[in-house]
Amino acid sequence: MTSSALYPVAVIAVTALVTWALRAFPFLIFGKRPLPEMVHYLGRVLPPAIMTVLVIYCLRETSFIEYPFGIPEIIASLLVIVLQLIRRNMYLSIVAGTICYMILIRLF
Amino acid sequence: MKEFRFAIKNTIPIFFTYLFIGIAFGILMSDAGYGVLLTTASAFFIFAGSMQIVMVPMMTSGASLISIAVMTFFINARHLFYGIGFIEQFRSMGWKMPYMILTLTDETYSLLCSVEYEPGLDRNKSAFLIAFLDHMYWVFGCFLGSCAGQYLNFDMEGVIFSATAFFLVVVVNQWRQQRSKLPFLVAVVCSAVCLLIFGKESFIIPTLIACFLSLMLLKRPIKAGEVSDDK
Repeated sequence: MTSSALYPVAVIAVTALVTWALRAFPFLIFGKRPLPEMVHYLGRVLPPAIMTVLVIYCLRETSFIEYPFGIPEIIASLLVIVLQLIRRNMYLSIVAGTICYMILIRLF
Repeated sequence: MKEFRFAIKNTIPIFFTYLFIGIAFGILMSDAGYGVLLTTASAFFIFAGSMQIVMVPMMTSGASLISIAVMTFFINARHLFYGIGFIEQFRSMGWKMPYMILTLTDETYSLLCSVEYEPGLDRNKSAFLIAFLDHMYWVFGCFLGSCAGQYLNFDMEGVIFSATAFFLVVVVNQWRQQRSKLPFLVAVVCSAVCLLIFGKESFIIPTLIACFLSLMLLKRPIKAGEVSDDK
């Protein structure tokens, strides 16, 4: 890259284009054709699997073998799950879980 | 505009997550010497949190465009799977379709998967407003971090857990909606196996591929499970 002013612009453009291509891929493949039954099925069962993987992905830095053994993450996550099961209020679950986590990481 | 009220109500949790992560990105950019314009343009056009944050050190070290492209591919490859459930809905949205596709982040995807539209609401209009509001929150957060980052110095460590909490809430909601619980089990088993084999930094793509293939193979038992619960 010869011009240093253009370099960041080029980086942002490349990052955006690759991200867009990834997001557009399923739509480009199926175009306007009717969807095979398998795609309908996957569209229904993939989301719960992907969400579960995303939770694990978010918690990947947690170490369960050294202090504090993931205790803040476990307690805060359980609080979120229990609150969401009983009260079904998304804001309450997220805000309470996050505050609980922020307090716990300062205690441990 | 009842759709607008509905979209605001459903995106509030994402407002806070995006605001904080956006501010973090804005501060990172301004510390690296990049101005408000570049930061806001990144937020508007890329709209992918973890990749934007990885991009900053690569940019300051002058990484080649090829390596930036490869890194983007690996960090965002999970998005390859997101569109599959939305092909029909987005097709029916006309000119909004490209916008819906390009703004399909982890959070917007999760929300669109689990949102329960109230009766009488225009679903497509609501979905568009959800995607649009999420996008604007992100641009606003990044912009704020870029121009006011140095004045915001409260101790926000751990606020990132709001992203985890958000995905947990979505999983709980999906658990209630899904008749077959096998997809959740598949995800846990695939993650555990891939974590052991590939390690925490690179397990996500193999995990998603493994889930994809396992769910295809398990089509028969999963569909049987969905039917048997109908009784």
